[in-house]
Amino acid sequence: MGLAARIAASTLLLVPAAAAQAQGAPARYNLQTPVTGLAEQIHDMHTLMLVICLVIFVGVFGVMFWAVIHHRRSRGAVAANFHENTTVEIAWTVIPVLILLGMAWPATKTVIAMKDTSEADLTIKATGYQWKWGYDYLQGEGEGIRLLSSLSTPREQIEGGAAKGENYLLEVDNPVVVPVGKKVRMLLTANDVIHSWWVPAFGVKQDAIPGFIRDGWFRADKEGVYRGNCAELCGRDHAFMPIEVHVVSAEKYAAWVAEHREKAAGAAADEAREWSMAELMTRGEQVFGTICAACHQANGKGLPPTFPPLDGSQVVLGDKAGQIDIVLHGRPNTAMAPFGGALSDADVAAVITYTRNSWGNHTGEAVQPAEVKAGRNKS
Amino acid sequence: MSETLERYFVPEPSRFPIFGSVALLLFGAGAALWVNQVKAGPWIFFLGIAILIYMLFGWFGQVVRESQGGKYGTRVDASFRWSMGWFIFSEVMFFAAFFGALFYVRVLTVPALSSGENEALLWQGYSGAWPNAGPRALDTAAVEPFTPMGAWGIPAINTLILLTSGATLTWAHYGLLKDKRGQLKLGLLLTILLGAIFLGFQAYEYVHAYGELNLRLDTGIYGSTFFMLTGFHGLHVTVGAIMLTVMLCRAVAGHFNSQHHFGFEAAAWYWHFVDVVWLILFVVVYWL
Amino acid sequence: MAAVIPDPLDHHHHHAPSGLMRWLTTTNHKDIGTMYLIFSFVMFLSGGVMALTIRAELFQPGLQVVQPEFFNQLTTMHGLVMVFGAIMPAFVGFANWQIPLMIGASDMAFARMNNWSFWLLPPAAILLLGSFFVPGGATAAGWTLYAPLSVQMGMGMDFAIFAIHIMGLSSIMGAINIVVTILNMRAPGMAMMKMPLFCWTWLITAYLLIAVMPVLAGAVTMILTDRHFGTSFFNAAGGGDPVMYQHIFWFFGHPEVYIMILPAFGIVSQIIPAFARKPLFGYASMVYATASIAILSFVVWAHHMFATGMPAVGQLYFMYATMLIAVPTGVKVFNWVATMWRGSLSFEPPMLWATGFIFVFTIGGFTGLICAIAPIDIQIHDTYYVVAHFHYVLVAGSLFALFAGAYYWLPKWTGHMPSDRLGKLHFWCSLVFFNVTFFPMHFLGLAGMPRRIPDYALQFTDFNALATIGAFGFGLSQLIFLAVVVKCARGGKPAAAKPWDGAEGLEWTVPSPAPYHTFEEAPLVK
Ligand code: HEA
Ligand code: HEA
Ligand code: HEC
Ligand code: CUA
Ligand SMILES: [Cu+2]
Repeated sequence: MGLAARIAASTLLLVPAAAAQAQGAPARYNLQTPVTGLAEQIHDMHTLMLVICLVIFVGVFGVMFWAVIHHRRSRGAVAANFHENTTVEIAWTVIPVLILLGMAWPATKTVIAMKDTSEADLTIKATGYQWKWGYDYLQGEGEGIRLLSSLSTPREQIEGGAAKGENYLLEVDNPVVVPVGKKVRMLLTANDVIHSWWVPAFGVKQDAIPGFIRDGWFRADKEGVYRGNCAELCGRDHAFMPIEVHVVSAEKYAAWVAEHREKAAGAAADEAREWSMAELMTRGEQVFGTICAACHQANGKGLPPTFPPLDGSQVVLGDKAGQIDIVLHGRPNTAMAPFGGALSDADVAAVITYTRNSWGNHTGEAVQPAEVKAGRNKS
Repeated sequence: MSETLERYFVPEPSRFPIFGSVALLLFGAGAALWVNQVKAGPWIFFLGIAILIYMLFGWFGQVVRESQGGKYGTRVDASFRWSMGWFIFSEVMFFAAFFGALFYVRVLTVPALSSGENEALLWQGYSGAWPNAGPRALDTAAVEPFTPMGAWGIPAINTLILLTSGATLTWAHYGLLKDKRGQLKLGLLLTILLGAIFLGFQAYEYVHAYGELNLRLDTGIYGSTFFMLTGFHGLHVTVGAIMLTVMLCRAVAGHFNSQHHFGFEAAAWYWHFVDVVWLILFVVVYWL
Repeated sequence: MAAVIPDPLDHHHHHAPSGLMRWLTTTNHKDIGTMYLIFSFVMFLSGGVMALTIRAELFQPGLQVVQPEFFNQLTTMHGLVMVFGAIMPAFVGFANWQIPLMIGASDMAFARMNNWSFWLLPPAAILLLGSFFVPGGATAAGWTLYAPLSVQMGMGMDFAIFAIHIMGLSSIMGAINIVVTILNMRAPGMAMMKMPLFCWTWLITAYLLIAVMPVLAGAVTMILTDRHFGTSFFNAAGGGDPVMYQHIFWFFGHPEVYIMILPAFGIVSQIIPAFARKPLFGYASMVYATASIAILSFVVWAHHMFATGMPAVGQLYFMYATMLIAVPTGVKVFNWVATMWRGSLSFEPPMLWATGFIFVFTIGGFTGLICAIAPIDIQIHDTYYVVAHFHYVLVAGSLFALFAGAYYWLPKWTGHMPSDRLGKLHFWCSLVFFNVTFFPMHFLGLAGMPRRIPDYALQFTDFNALATIGAFGFGLSQLIFLAVVVKCARGGKPAAAKPWDGAEGLEWTVPSPAPYHTFEEAPLVK
């Protein structure tokens, strides 16, 4: 009876698993369908390990349950009195060692392959921010492109006010785009705390450590959209900083790069000129919404005591240079990270202007990109 | 057969532990509030310390009375020996965490930060020559340069002082073993004095570091490891000196005899342990 | 043979305090053991309530029950409370009750300090749980308290740091007490290699505790100074390194997980032979296996850090070393099975729990091995696969063994037999609901659900719902245990001095309930 219950309990869970696997349903019970050679190797290795472990498991517990059923006192079993047998003991030490060696061999090869980041076609630096990703195309086609990529699922879906979309929590405003079949080297770093860049279909997970550069690589074999998450607890919105990678054909990639170049050129021209108050406010509201509102909240009230309000803040109402300094360089040891790297001069100018003239703040002062530039150079 | 084993002394119920627990609750809560600039913090903290001191006095006082009362046989004595050994082992592991941190940054972190892509993309120009205060100190406008602590001034003298104190302590122990009470007391007194001089020099060195060398706790990783290691060591010297002072008082009061004096030996073991930590410290913190 | 003073009235403590003062001032290992056990059960319930809140939030996608910041606080505190509040003190409680009884000692070596070790825990718990109510709430950096996130936290983090210091102090004193008791207070004839395995596993565990708790204290102290005194241990700009924190933490943390499982192995090794009515198959190899696990546990820590980007040699070394631990652990599993083989088995509650332990713990061991394969770990690190792994070893491992031990020794502690029927019900409910809760988490992890998130993508919905249902069932099942213990303490079938016919050891030579003072004259062990 006891045994039956136990078997029922475990098979109940395994049957649907096996069934779904047979139908080839995507990634419900197993690792996601791999699209890189490395992910493929990992997938197969996992299957191998699972089988080995299952075989040992069935063997060991076959013996145990045989004893449980047949060597019961209620069945009149009388205890034998054997113990210590050197041969048996050596066998059950040595055989597992051999099995482990068999497991370690393929794993070693994969580890070495994963670490080989040389001869990449494209190098992209990803920077983790609380709670979004910044990407810099450092080398290869598209060099110089910069994007900031944050969750695009609307708040209402999360809070239950609206129906959840298909890619709920796995969608971003500016996805990373890479060409198919090219070796992409990812450099990882972070601005504030540790994050981790993870795309399961690529078999890449690499922590992004503030102050250090770490790397990993992938070569996607199939066009498509691949999604992942930040995989290291990084504070409040850790669940809300997904990664979305579009793998596209060489032509589409070239087109994407060209489009981006154009936009960037336009933006650069913008940086230099004098901005009107209205322009700054519009741009500032947008930057604030995507970057600052995560902590300071759209209504400027923050979430005290951790995240101070900007509405009525002495810093915001005080000297411009002081605020420029905080936004560019952050406050050490707090969540207020330096944003100078992620934002352009115009963005910083706009967001500061916006905070100084929103909610209950009415300084009437506009901050120009040139002032921000000066703030950057000062230290 | 069971008669061969002497009865093991089991103390009566005691109020001291619960005082100690209240003390540490206040200590912990007070410290946590204090570091967050809550006004009541230091008061609670010092109240905790006061209760702790009361508890330690009472508790150790009782242990001394029990010991003098002959309640501890050889088995209890053996327990004390084992426990002191294991306690010192735990202290070794505590220091190991900080020494480990020092080795880790010197062997791995600083070289990594000052080379390859870390240097090229994040910390341009950081050379990593030890001692340094980390890459942010490159910006000399924001971070004033510091002078590292030399090894051959006060630290070297302090090394000699501690080594000498180890010798005077052993000399005192011989006195005790040979029932020369004068030698015991003088040896202890000298050891404590040497410990005090050591601490005095150490304090002077800190003042010098803050005042003239611009070397502070927040001077990057060099300042962090320097002050945390020497600071915890200094704290241990202080505790050791207090232990020895208690032993001196007990010696004056006529406690200990040539067979029965584990209290003294425990303090001595501790002192030698603190000595050894200093030697390692002198080599890896000051010298290399 | 046993020198027992059956009179519970103490003859040389003329004014033994009563009421609350008895418990505050006691130096009796049985009193202290009882307090440890009650404390840990209370902490288990509070950690469990946090777990249920976590599960309730994860029942459906979207945010319904708690806000993300509070969710992270719950996860963090659940981990800390269960590890430091529930599992570790529970094993210390067993050690307090059983070790003196098993080796024929009159009490622990340092009875007064023993009291302090226990009474340090409530203050630590007050600091830890109280931190929920300080501005900014409890720390939300995960039970691993990784820098620099923990450096960013509010005041609750400082409370957690000091709580950890106090718990560390308690553990170190408790461990020293246990080591010294075992080394110095065995009855004549009780050679080391004759000691019950529970004592052996605790000796080795205590050694691990003394070695690693100070390291944890060092790690959190560095966090404290980084937070408030401007040091740069974990800050690259000052020349420090966040990954260094992880190395120091896991140098503590990995041995810590064996601290939570070795005494469990000890308990199970007592119970299996008793109910198989057959001696343990390989006593000596069990001792050596325990020691090997302890030694290996110091050299494998970075298997928690495969995703930090260690060089290939580092990954390979830590992978191989970790895999090796499967060998001594396997030796244990095989030994238990061989002990059962051709025994005369009966399945009273202790044996049910012990058998369940072997079965489910081994699943957790195998998933651990799969985590140890570095490339696979890259995929499953920080996902629910890891959550599944460690609940299999911690809940089905440590916790199940604790229940096994409780059912086994309750007759000795209370003088009454625990209810057989309720004990079996407790077991079967727990086993089923445990698997319903945690088995689906393997699938979630493989398919890509990260851990420590309050909200998830839609494809994870049904397994999360299932896990939540299981968790509530599992939680309710634990109330059965509460009922069993209360009933057993109040009354019930009186227990004989040796209620289990196959059991062996000195603890069964004293009456049930064990008198207040036992073995004041040491027994002689042949
Ligand atoms: C009681 C606690 C406990 C125990 C006993 C274990 C046991 C093991 N653990 Fe586990 N582990 C944890 C608690 C525990 N773990 C916790 C709490 C975490 C997460 C911490 C956090 O991040 O919050 C963790 C995480 C963790 C990781 C990191 C995962 C990640 O974050 O990415 C790894 C990786 O190697 C790992 C490996 C192992 C291994 C190899 C064992 C081995 O000891 C298992 C050995 C047992 C067996 C293998 C089964 C029996 C053997 C046989 C039947 C013999 C034959 C077998 C073969 C030859 C294959 N564990
Ligand atoms: C040490 C032991 C231990 C134990 C025993 C448990 C027990 C449980 N754990 Fe725990 N868990 C950890 C250690 C432990 N856990 C650790 C170390 C972490 C990692 C933390 C981190 O990431 O930092 C973790 C993380 C963790 C997570 C992941 C959280 C996240 O990543 O965000 C989850 C999610 O399901 C979970 C669930 C549970 C459940 C359902 C139980 C159940 O077994 C609990 C059952 C008990 C009860 C439910 C209480 C008893 C009953 C009552 C009080 C009566 C009331 C009950 C009802 C009305 C139903 N745990
Ligand atoms: C990850 C969270 C986070 C984000 C995103 C963030 N901040 Fe902050 N900010 C903080 C925290 C925390 C503080 C408080 C620092 C302290 O305690 O000194 C702060 C402080 C400030 C202050 C000083 C307020 C005062 O009264 O002291 C200003 C100004 C500010 N932030 C502006 C911004 C702007 C502009 C942005 C967007 C570009 C932004 N912050 C984005 C967390 C954040
Ligand atoms: Cu970023 Cu988690
Ligand atoms: Cu581990």
